[in-house]
Amino acid sequence: MITKRIIPCLDVRDGRVVKGVNFKDLNDVNSPVELAKFYSDNGADELVFYDITASSDGRKIFTEILRETAKNVFIPLTVGGGISSVKDFERVLSCGADKVSINTGAIKNPKLIPEAAKLYGSQCVVISADVKRVNGRFNVFARGGRDDTGIEAIGWIKNCVDNGAGEVVLNSIDTDGVKQGFDIEMLKAVCEVVNVPVIASGGAGRIEDFITLFKTLPKVDAGLAASIFHFGEVKIQDLKLKMKSENIPVRL
Amino acid sequence: MIAIINYGVGNLFSLSSSFNAINQNVEIISNPDALKNFDRIILPGVGAFGDAAEKLFSSGMAEPLIAEAENGKPILGICVGMQLLFTKSYEFGEHDGLNLIPGSVRAIKEVIPENLKIPQIGWNALHMCCSTPSSIFKYTSEGEYVYFVHSYSAFCDEKFVTSTTNYGADLVASVQHKNIYGVQFHPEKSGNSGLKILRAFCEV
Repeated sequence: MITKRIIPCLDVRDGRVVKGVNFKDLNDVNSPVELAKFYSDNGADELVFYDITASSDGRKIFTEILRETAKNVFIPLTVGGGISSVKDFERVLSCGADKVSINTGAIKNPKLIPEAAKLYGSQCVVISADVKRVNGRFNVFARGGRDDTGIEAIGWIKNCVDNGAGEVVLNSIDTDGVKQGFDIEMLKAVCEVVNVPVIASGGAGRIEDFITLFKTLPKVDAGLAASIFHFGEVKIQDLKLKMKSENIPVRL
Repeated sequence: MIAIINYGVGNLFSLSSSFNAINQNVEIISNPDALKNFDRIILPGVGAFGDAAEKLFSSGMAEPLIAEAENGKPILGICVGMQLLFTKSYEFGEHDGLNLIPGSVRAIKEVIPENLKIPQIGWNALHMCCSTPSSIFKYTSEGEYVYFVHSYSAFCDEKFVTSTTNYGADLVASVQHKNIYGVQFHPEKSGNSGLKILRAFCEV
């Protein structure tokens, strides 16, 4: 039986993991290479590297870091941030990324998803949507959640999947950082319209939030989180043991 | 020394890194004449079967690969590389494979329940077929998890099937026919479980 995936997300700027981390077993907690290896050895099913670099120099460093990580980590690696063209796909795939997640790039250039899917296959193209409630409906936000595009999110996500996106990361801006649980209502709306894997993001604060997620929405395939893993508030092994005890399929 | 065949399909970085991680010398090979100089051959592959088959045949790699296979050299096909080992695929039409193992490649939707997502993406357990134990699982236990990404699967005589995985139905996870090995999953993306399989292949 296929298992539910647990995915830590690492925000990387100028070659360092930002938001700070707190692991006593690591010599350099801000090294993406070290942290990725730590997660890989401690039960993560997949990793997301998010490039929040603004400069082209930083982007070069990110690509180098990615290559170094991929040399040492043998679980699926998804890369996002600053992906706006097929060239960007090529840049990160050649350094060892397995999947590429796009957000603002897909809003600006609707051809990017079909082009990338044709070149690299749908399994490689992940649509990452930042979504927030605006006047009673779900809107897509661009530029890291700063700009309301005015686009209705659920139809837009379905359209991205119809055009070749092979997975959806749904990040609820409403629940992100609040640590009171995933956005079940928003996730449900997306699960009803797509038949590709859906990865829940935004809102996890404790182990029970993942249990509620997978129990309430069996169509959700994975849970993604950042700071609760980085700060050791939730240990992936503990989370997975709890999932197993709740009969949620999991890789231990 | 291991050759990874480069015929313009897929990303070979992780694959070569994973052999480096188990201290095996590996070279990415684009020249068909060079294949004979290696002890073992890896046939990778992603994407659609038709595209991959066309590139493999037009690259000139297919002929020496078949010759080396017939010489008894260990060959491991991965994902679409495994599917290429078979006689035919029915992905978007009908395409010829290398015919090193009799069988065909067909859509998993033909056999799995309708409510399951396609492709199968994620970690699933390997179930060993005891009647045909494979030496590439020398270090692998029943039920170990490996990473799958596929919409198509091999269908062949069960004497070639060395393990299955359950995704609403039992799907072929690995095959072996003499010195020809194939895995539907990605050992280079399956953590330690995957590295153990690659190590065992280096010892067959």
